[in-house]
Amino acid sequence: MCFQQKMIHSLFLINCSGDIFLEKHWKSVVSQSVCDYFFEAQEKAIDVENVPPVISTPHHYLISIYRDKIFFVSVIQTEVPPLFVIEFLHRVADTFQDYFGECSETAIKDNVVIVYELLEEMLDNGFPLATESNILKELIKPPTILRSVVNSITGSSNVGDTLPTGQLSNIPWRRAGVKYTNNEAYFDVIEEIDAIIDKSGSTVFAEIQGVIDSCIKLSGMPDLSLSFMNPRLLDDVSFHPCIRFKRWESERVLSFIPPDGNFRLISYRVSSQNLVAIPVYVKHLISFKENSSSGRFDVTIGPKQNMGKTVEGVVMTVHMPKAVLNMNLTATQGSYTFDPVTKVLAWDVGKITPQKLPNLKGIVNLQSGAPKPEENPSLNIQFKIQQLAISGLKVNRLDMYGEKYKPFKGVKYITKAGKFQVRT
Amino acid sequence: MAASPAYGEEKGGSSSLGEPEYGHDPASGGIFASDYKRHDDLKEMLDSNKDSLKLEAMKRIVAMIARGKNASDLFPAVVKNVACKNIEVKKLVYVYLVRYAEEQQDLALLSISTFQRGLKDPNQLIRASALRVLSSIRVPIIVPIMMLAIKEAASDMSPYVRKTAAHAIPKLYSLDSDQKDQLIEVIEKLLADKTTLVAGSVVMAFEEVCPERIDLIHKNYRKLCNLLIDVEEWGQVVIINMLTRYARTQFLSPNQNESLLEESAEKAFYGSEEEDTKDAKAEAASLAKRKPYVMDPDHRLLLRNTKPLLQSRNAAVVMAVAQLYFHLAPKAEVGVIAKALVRLLRSHSEVQYVVLQNVATMSIKRRGMFEPYLKSFYIRSTDPTQIKILKLEVLTNLANETNISTILREFQTYIRSMDKDFVAATIQAIGRCATNIGKVRDTCLNGLVQLLSNRDELVVAESVVVIKKLLQMQPAQHSEIIKHMAKLTDNIQVPMARASILWLIGEYCEHVPKIAPDVLRKMAKSFTNEEDIVKLQVINLAAKLYLTNSKQSKLLTQYVLNLAKYDQNYDIRDRARFIRQLIVPTEKSGALNKYAKKLFLAQKPAPILESSFKDRDHFQLGSLSHLLNAKAVGYQELPDWPDEAPDPSVRNVEVPEWTKCTSREKRKDKVEKPFYSDSEGESGPTESADSEPESDSEESGSSSSSGTSSSSSEEEDEEEEEGGSEEQSEDKEGEEEEEEKRKKKKEKGGPRKASPRSVGSEEEEEAEGKKVKKAAGPQGKKGHAESSSEEASASESSSSGSDSGTEAPTVVEAKRRKVIPSSKAGPKEISLLDLDDFTPPPPQPVPSSSIISTSLVTDLEGLTLTDTSLAPALLSPAFGAVRTYELLHRMAGEGLSVEYCFSRRPFPGDPHMVAVQIQISNNTDAEVKSLRVSEPKLLAGMRIQEFPEIESLAPGDTASVVMGIDFCDSTQAANFQLCTHTRHFYVSIQPPVGELMAPVFMSENEFRKEQEHLARRGEGKLTGMSEITEKLTLPEKCRSDHAIVQQVTSAANVGRVPCGADNEYRFAAKTVTSGSLVLITLEWREGAAAQLTVNSEKMVIGTMLVKDIIQALAQ
Repeated sequence: MCFQQKMIHSLFLINCSGDIFLEKHWKSVVSQSVCDYFFEAQEKAIDVENVPPVISTPHHYLISIYRDKIFFVSVIQTEVPPLFVIEFLHRVADTFQDYFGECSETAIKDNVVIVYELLEEMLDNGFPLATESNILKELIKPPTILRSVVNSITGSSNVGDTLPTGQLSNIPWRRAGVKYTNNEAYFDVIEEIDAIIDKSGSTVFAEIQGVIDSCIKLSGMPDLSLSFMNPRLLDDVSFHPCIRFKRWESERVLSFIPPDGNFRLISYRVSSQNLVAIPVYVKHLISFKENSSSGRFDVTIGPKQNMGKTVEGVVMTVHMPKAVLNMNLTATQGSYTFDPVTKVLAWDVGKITPQKLPNLKGIVNLQSGAPKPEENPSLNIQFKIQQLAISGLKVNRLDMYGEKYKPFKGVKYITKAGKFQVRT
Repeated sequence: MAASPAYGEEKGGSSSLGEPEYGHDPASGGIFASDYKRHDDLKEMLDSNKDSLKLEAMKRIVAMIARGKNASDLFPAVVKNVACKNIEVKKLVYVYLVRYAEEQQDLALLSISTFQRGLKDPNQLIRASALRVLSSIRVPIIVPIMMLAIKEAASDMSPYVRKTAAHAIPKLYSLDSDQKDQLIEVIEKLLADKTTLVAGSVVMAFEEVCPERIDLIHKNYRKLCNLLIDVEEWGQVVIINMLTRYARTQFLSPNQNESLLEESAEKAFYGSEEEDTKDAKAEAASLAKRKPYVMDPDHRLLLRNTKPLLQSRNAAVVMAVAQLYFHLAPKAEVGVIAKALVRLLRSHSEVQYVVLQNVATMSIKRRGMFEPYLKSFYIRSTDPTQIKILKLEVLTNLANETNISTILREFQTYIRSMDKDFVAATIQAIGRCATNIGKVRDTCLNGLVQLLSNRDELVVAESVVVIKKLLQMQPAQHSEIIKHMAKLTDNIQVPMARASILWLIGEYCEHVPKIAPDVLRKMAKSFTNEEDIVKLQVINLAAKLYLTNSKQSKLLTQYVLNLAKYDQNYDIRDRARFIRQLIVPTEKSGALNKYAKKLFLAQKPAPILESSFKDRDHFQLGSLSHLLNAKAVGYQELPDWPDEAPDPSVRNVEVPEWTKCTSREKRKDKVEKPFYSDSEGESGPTESADSEPESDSEESGSSSSSGTSSSSSEEEDEEEEEGGSEEQSEDKEGEEEEEEKRKKKKEKGGPRKASPRSVGSEEEEEAEGKKVKKAAGPQGKKGHAESSSEEASASESSSSGSDSGTEAPTVVEAKRRKVIPSSKAGPKEISLLDLDDFTPPPPQPVPSSSIISTSLVTDLEGLTLTDTSLAPALLSPAFGAVRTYELLHRMAGEGLSVEYCFSRRPFPGDPHMVAVQIQISNNTDAEVKSLRVSEPKLLAGMRIQEFPEIESLAPGDTASVVMGIDFCDSTQAANFQLCTHTRHFYVSIQPPVGELMAPVFMSENEFRKEQEHLARRGEGKLTGMSEITEKLTLPEKCRSDHAIVQQVTSAANVGRVPCGADNEYRFAAKTVTSGSLVLITLEWREGAAAQLTVNSEKMVIGTMLVKDIIQALAQ
């Protein structure tokens, strides 16, 4: 009873080969041996994705996430909402990404002091303290090549000598005294189509998920409001904390004082009543012959409702059955690779032109003697369509209050494939 | 920037002194000499005078710590740099210190004084960081110092330092749990804090130190609910989880009446027995008798204020709200969480994993909730297996008669997956669907039988196991399948499947009389090579065959038993011996032998295939315990609903109602800024709470009951059910009473206001409230600018004003105490009168309260700061039933319909304007854009303050705006155009005379004085100029006090004036533009006769008002 310690106790960073390359304790030290339970679970799981995020050990609970080939394993002693920890760990990974440009083992090792300083600020006694990247950047400056050169010469430091006033303000996400010579506000409306297409080509499930990512470089304290031509399309929305919820509820206008720099303004789902236009179709013929060690593979991708826009960046990946030894294919467009170890076929198609549909055709070599694969593999498709929001969402206008200058504004629309899968 | 040099300077002094001293410390040199050799260079660097070298050394040390290497031997060299000038060095020293202080306690003490000095720094951030490090050093000796520091910091004027104090509480508690009582005191104090910054941290401390002290929450409950939306996301999670537990102890189950119905309904759904339906009928009948459930307004408040958080970007917050709704909301409302949870399924796979676990539990209890999102749980081949299996679980839970065919079709795809674990899970899922939904049982069974010829052995084995379970339900019809399965024994090698087949054949050997002995023969042959579970089943089969068909199987059985007798496994040997004794009759076996058949061939109940998530919801959802399905250390049990609701009045905060009222008004002009207004907490969040009109009545209701005992408040609740109108007027009475109290307090608080900074927050608010009300036109018009400057001042005062924070509450408290007993005295008097059987007094506390107030008012007259009786303070209006008028009919407006009403609130921009609330609904199917007012055509002197342009109004939407009109005290209509982007409509607003005034508070004496004054002035000119008297007869239903009051106040925006006489009613108001008084007196004579007198300088208004009031009373 007396040693009730909650929330995150310790954090271990482990790479894929099982080395613990960083540890941080917020309370008393927990021995590395606690990670053995994690390794045990890792071994049991077939692949990294199947390591259970929550593991119970005799004295602790381990909650972990897997990001960019690193396991973030946190040690918990008492009851805590698991999502609380998971969400926090992802926030830590996001911060590393933000600071070092990548969240990799080398980046973390190279910047171990900054990592430590960050972790120190992000958690106090195992409870999240400052997780807003704007506040953190005031406290601890992100490394840049120039700065590290200067630092090594002058001996100055990465720790900001200003105090984190943002932590005290009621808009903690924005730092004070922002100044730009060019004031710009860019919004990327990115929509992803999640779909499952069945064998016959009919849509089993499809929906549109979207986000608006913003890059805002505006001086002072601008107060923005962004309105849509058709806000009713947005069915389920989640907001960055800067958005005034009431205003959205009553007027369907996004009104906010933005954080400085890049951030995700909203993510949304388009209401399910709207039929989703699927921009590509796939013709496929994959078959494995009984009692012979070969099979046929023939896939064609074509644009469906392209709305005058070209479908580009098309990539198809297929996890072939284990029995497949090799594939001998010819692509009319783009190039393909087949990895005999992971059995992953990847076909980088590029742009689709309706005049000449890209096709990938050839022979599949199977292990001789093995029974023919039971199931045809499903095809995962990626694509991109520029200048189009597939749901038809349109930004109406962006107004700025509170500052005198005229900002440069821009909106970009992109449609992408999300989890787009064709069953064969 | 300015702060940092000071920081460095102060510490700098000590470091330069300290350094040489430690450097030559013989003790450290001697004892640690051997250790030092390992890190000699580091030590030298730390001792050098160059910051860059120190920094380099510290960086290397931190890197060592990060790799888990021991660096504790450097402690003495490091700790002396705690006062280093360089901030980065200092920070890294802190990191080191916190890590190793526990191991080197004595040396760690050397650093304490630095932090103690830091605690007194003028910069709040330095104070906070000093406290943070100090409290992180786990050295028991400094517990008293920590305690003192925490206590001091808890009353620091900076909310940030107070937040740090809250963070420090659990640290101290884990160091020394004996401090609990003292810490609880600090927690109690911090819980009362009104800033969002502190709220999350203190609740976290509460949860760790004293989660059982639920009583500490009562007074802060409403505040927490209101602050919630503006608290940072991590704090939100903690608060929501705590409030869930709180609500479970304080409110009644919103589903108590349904729960029985629900159960029986489900029973009826599955069971075919008629009894169930009978039961249901009986229950329904008994339900009808029960008293209807009324949700506690505080319960509603919690649900309402957490709902927007479903839109948070933080998955933990969404999950917290979802579990709150699942555990607390009425069944009909839980559905809202489904959408948000489904959204989380797009997130990282760890998030998906946790969310799916919770969805699986929820989908058992509330299947309907997730049914619309069925397809979102469809499985992709790229999902990780653990996610696939959870999705499968949800799909199975959601299966019902209508969607089963789609689900089965989906399952068919899954069966062909390459992921065999997943295929096995799918087969089990099919089995569960087959048991739950009778309609598809045969289809499923056929499908599974087809799987028996699958190439993959695992698939076949899993199917066998599931088929076995299904066959147990109706074996007779399926001997074909059993035969088919018997053939499989030749091929299937998976032990579990073989065992299942053998069991099936043994169990139903009568259905397959020819095959069974043959199977036994084959099994006897391979007996020695079988797995243990298979062997056991072979023995089982042999025994059963021996009993039913001993002729063919006697020898075989004996052979098998002999083999088993010498088996390596003792279980098998035991079983063989036991069975031999049972079935083979010998002299010794005796009585048991007779019953062998009964023992072996008894009817066995079919297994029930159910979800492993069933009944998991007894753990709080979203918790670690729920995920593990086992109680985690420190898990707080979610209590059951109480049978009787505890006294709701414990949550009443003795904040006079007017604070809420003023803030409500304030919000009207600050709607734009609810998110930011919270640096001080009190204003912003309260606003967001009672933004909806319904809450107003709720709150005033609960506050009016606060004075009386809880039992009477319950009565009120019942009344609420019975007669709407009666209750409403009572509410109003309550409010009026409240207003009087307010007034009194204002007067009392008046003199103190001379030194505004020394007053507590409430008074600050009062001051602000007044500012808004009294704000002169030009200042008020600036809308935005003004409110933001107000915020600035609020946040300013937060830091400077809280110095005196400790003293302020007591002042307020004292004031409150003075007032509250007096209001309580009223009802008591009545009850005494009741007992004495005098003329039955009216049930409202009005007359009595007026007695008190008059006396109190006269008492306090000396204290009054208001500009004497000539300019009585304007009151916030009493809300009657608001009448709406039509501005633009739907037909005339081509689909655009506009209504308006007089909200009777002061128009924020200009006190001379009447606030007109306009409600615009777009009934067209196109968007209406840029709605605005233009080209007002007004009589001389009239002015209009247009509402801000509505940029667009989507089809079906409704917008509500407020505009102000100065009617110049005339009932002439204000004409203007209402424009859209395409059309112009001519409209006009004509005010009833009663809306041209605002209520005024005055005492009886003042009223008399004014009346005489007016009458005298009239004498000077012409009598009758300022007094209009009319006789009238009151209709039947208007002969009660509150009916009269209600009718008059609904006809005109007037305030009631207390009156000593029983049959006299007085009201006072002031015209909005010119501020001339309007006094109304209604004398109720015997029977239905009454006389109405209106005194006013404005004769036209007087005459019209008389007409209107008489009309209202005659209705």
